[in-house]
Amino acid sequence: MKRARARVFLLIAMLIGAGAAHAQEVTITYWQYFYESKVNLMNDLIEKFQAENPGIKVDQVTFPYESYQQKVAAAVPAGEGPDVVNLFYGWLPLWVKSGYIQPLPAPDFSSDYFHKNFYPFVAEAVSFGGKNYAVPTAVRTLALLYNKKLFRDAGLDPNAPPKTLDELAAYAKRLSKYDAQGNLVQAGLLMQPSGQGHVWLREGLFRQFGAIPYSPDGRKVTYDSPAGIQAFQWYMDRITKDKVGYPNFSTDDVTAFRAQKGAMNVDGSFRIATLNAVKDLEWGAAELPTYKGIKSNFASFWANAIVSGVSGKKLEASVKFLKFITSASVQIQWLEKVGELPATPSLSEKFKNDPVISVFLKGLSYAHATSYVDEAAQRQIFMDAVDEVNLKKADPAAVLKAAAEKEQKLIDDFWK
Amino acid sequence: MRGPWPARTATYFVLTLLSVTMLFPFFWMLMSSLKDATQIFQVRLFPSKPTFDNYLYIFFSKSSRFPQWFLNSVIVGVSTTVSVLVFDSLIGYSLAKFRFPGKRVIFVLIISTLMIPTEMLVIPWYAMSRALKWVNTFWGIMYPGMISAFGVFLMRQFMMAVPDDLIDAARVDGKGELMIFFTVVYPLVTSAVAILAIFNFIGNWNAFLWPLIVVAKPGMFTLPVGLANFSGEAGSDWHYIMTGATVSMLPLIVVFLIFQKQIIRGIAMTGLKG
Amino acid sequence: MTLAARRTATAYAFLALPLVFFISVRFGPMLYMMAMSLTDWGLLRKVLRFVGFSNYATIFADPVFLKSLSNTATYAIFGTPAVIVISLCLALLLDNVHGKGRSLFRLIYVLPYITPLVAVAWVWRWMFETPPLGIVNALLVGIGLPAREFLNSPTQALPSILTVNVWVDLGYCTTVFLAGIQTIPRGIIEAARIDGASARQILRRIVLPLLLPVTLFLTVIEGIQFLRIFTQVYNMSYQASGGPLNSTKSAALYIYQKAFTDFNMGVAASASLVLFVIILGVTLIQVRLFDRKLEY
Repeated sequence: MKRARARVFLLIAMLIGAGAAHAQEVTITYWQYFYESKVNLMNDLIEKFQAENPGIKVDQVTFPYESYQQKVAAAVPAGEGPDVVNLFYGWLPLWVKSGYIQPLPAPDFSSDYFHKNFYPFVAEAVSFGGKNYAVPTAVRTLALLYNKKLFRDAGLDPNAPPKTLDELAAYAKRLSKYDAQGNLVQAGLLMQPSGQGHVWLREGLFRQFGAIPYSPDGRKVTYDSPAGIQAFQWYMDRITKDKVGYPNFSTDDVTAFRAQKGAMNVDGSFRIATLNAVKDLEWGAAELPTYKGIKSNFASFWANAIVSGVSGKKLEASVKFLKFITSASVQIQWLEKVGELPATPSLSEKFKNDPVISVFLKGLSYAHATSYVDEAAQRQIFMDAVDEVNLKKADPAAVLKAAAEKEQKLIDDFWK
Repeated sequence: MRGPWPARTATYFVLTLLSVTMLFPFFWMLMSSLKDATQIFQVRLFPSKPTFDNYLYIFFSKSSRFPQWFLNSVIVGVSTTVSVLVFDSLIGYSLAKFRFPGKRVIFVLIISTLMIPTEMLVIPWYAMSRALKWVNTFWGIMYPGMISAFGVFLMRQFMMAVPDDLIDAARVDGKGELMIFFTVVYPLVTSAVAILAIFNFIGNWNAFLWPLIVVAKPGMFTLPVGLANFSGEAGSDWHYIMTGATVSMLPLIVVFLIFQKQIIRGIAMTGLKG
Repeated sequence: MTLAARRTATAYAFLALPLVFFISVRFGPMLYMMAMSLTDWGLLRKVLRFVGFSNYATIFADPVFLKSLSNTATYAIFGTPAVIVISLCLALLLDNVHGKGRSLFRLIYVLPYITPLVAVAWVWRWMFETPPLGIVNALLVGIGLPAREFLNSPTQALPSILTVNVWVDLGYCTTVFLAGIQTIPRGIIEAARIDGASARQILRRIVLPLLLPVTLFLTVIEGIQFLRIFTQVYNMSYQASGGPLNSTKSAALYIYQKAFTDFNMGVAASASLVLFVIILGVTLIQVRLFDRKLEY
């Protein structure tokens, strides 16, 4: 009798204990868009985090890039969203305005914290209305990627990529190949506004030609100037005059470069891992060519934020997770496995001698990040502008003016 | 074929030329699926070094969700087909063999739903799915297709041909209505059942718009939606896309080869009775 | 309960669930759409406001919507006759072929029709690539013709997608026409031939008129199908945008984008209703036109 009772007590104690332990276990959901190297690394990191933080479970859910924003827009207001969410910095104003994400807890994530530990363009871009909303693990910038074998085939020195825009144009002509009919079969310079072309224009070419693309507060479009038109004309001439590349050649610029049908491409540091995985592809990176000695680059980043409405234990767990995935060791791993640059400047020291990474790091020092209000729409405006000039033979000056007006309206409507 | 030989030759020539046009894309798709990441960009009719690696990748690689998509499509296809076979025939039977007030109205109402395009309904369906938490579930993908107005029309046509005497005799014998339906009527309309099953399965296997909208999680995609996702931010993996396209066709080819008579007959019937 | 009453009860029992289904899945949503089109509902907003007909005003003032309507009209106006005429000719040719030959040809023609449309779209997109990747261009260049931009050109993209759609539907229409031709009593044709009628006269006076019901059916079906076109446009335009420069965007794609990219449900609902009215109208007009011809 006594034994039976003891057993019952033991059973109840175990159940209570299990219940209590279970009550302490918190599960948080993390959403990011599907990019193979990122997702794989995140899976490993989550395992590590869970091991270091027993009682916290993290569930990673990914979505294809094209529909990522819409999924968030649909799920969060319905209360079906994640706890921690990965977002492109350019979406921050829209997401904050729509109420999807909450300000990061002040003591942990003060403005000082950002200014001390991250690049200036990061600190600027994550703050909205005086509060900070997201933390990045990595940042990205642009460089001129080139195919060394195709350089050699064209009689160019694979260790001497073009340094100025004029050299770039000249090299592109030499690296382009055409079939008997004159159709482009090898692009000297890949031109893909839907890829990085539009940001190369925005923060690279415009500034180099002397046109500031946006006012400092981001509310006025200012690239519609003679200098801006010149920059746009230079970009379009590569497509229409020199015919060294055109949008969607070989499906898109990444496919073309991977297929070795394109010799040079302005692309981001996030492409490093993808390109390294391609068999027999010998490629190199060079700083974006200068114009009249001026350098300018575009930087961007994906950051992690906490979704609105997350509170209590989940909030605590989310903050812990956030700190973990943006910590120094993770940033280094991110660079090694994904190829994105550490968001904390000091961590890049050890990579100053890597032939590819150092190029991107140099670019960060003169990079700007556009303050988007609607990145997808603003990108489409540039894509359409290029198409108008290339496919409909419209006048570049008129097209640029129309594009600027469209973008201005977009920005104005947002801030209304 | 009778007639003067120039006409005959011309006829066969045209028909064969068209057959080539019909078949060539499939041939190209198959050849492309046998090319690896480098060969895919070489425009040659036959791969220089054919390989099955792409098939191995999409079926067995850890980063490939293809098997899941395939399974999802099978589950959705089979479930909706079973449901359609049960419900559409019940409805068709009621409308064919029973006399009751409102019969005509109900029939017209059901058939009129054929006029409402799906494109219009996906938005409210989406709102409904979100509210009822059916997003990203099999039920969410399947529910609009559980009963098909076209199937009702088809079954009613066929059931009208079932002799009333048989049914009455069974009633006299004291059999319940449901029993009569399954044991007396159903066996007599097997050809209609076959046609309906095949077309419904094919239709659901190929469905794109609604599954695209209702499923966000890549693991829950059906095959067509998954196929559309092979192209993304890191470029387009054409060799995998072509392989995926080939595999997505295989079950239908099998169904087609086995049931070609019923399929042709079914297609013909829609036109003649319609 | 009387026998009749019991039968009625049984019928209603069988019909109960299905009726609930049709109401909740077809009719209900349609009414919902009509109501939604009068609001400014969007997933980015939590509160619904009645806005009258302003959504309709918005879409008719949107050049992209108007372009999508014109594209849709183009798809239908050019696609439907193309499919009908070509498949009718094919059916007439096939009618002269007998036995295994006919079965084989018919089988081959129907193949594209039963293939998943997404797969077809991607295969053709791959085939339509510009040099150096596309096989169609490789063949054109091979026989000395200039390469075409196909899906990359604002003028060629829509016809390219249209061609693929026609290619897909040919088998279905040919099979239906063939079945229709088979129902024509051979005796009439034989009698006419004995009377000295030429093949052309037989065609014009006997075969075509008797095929009118089938032709009407196919024209209506194909017309509706072209007006609703979505999957091919989505999968054959760069990033599913309906480009280049909105040259391929169909009304259905416009609705999808408004609803699921912009999350502007109210506007999307109004656009869907406009599309529905167009489909309904076109179908009714066609039926009315053919009906007159059928009465002789």
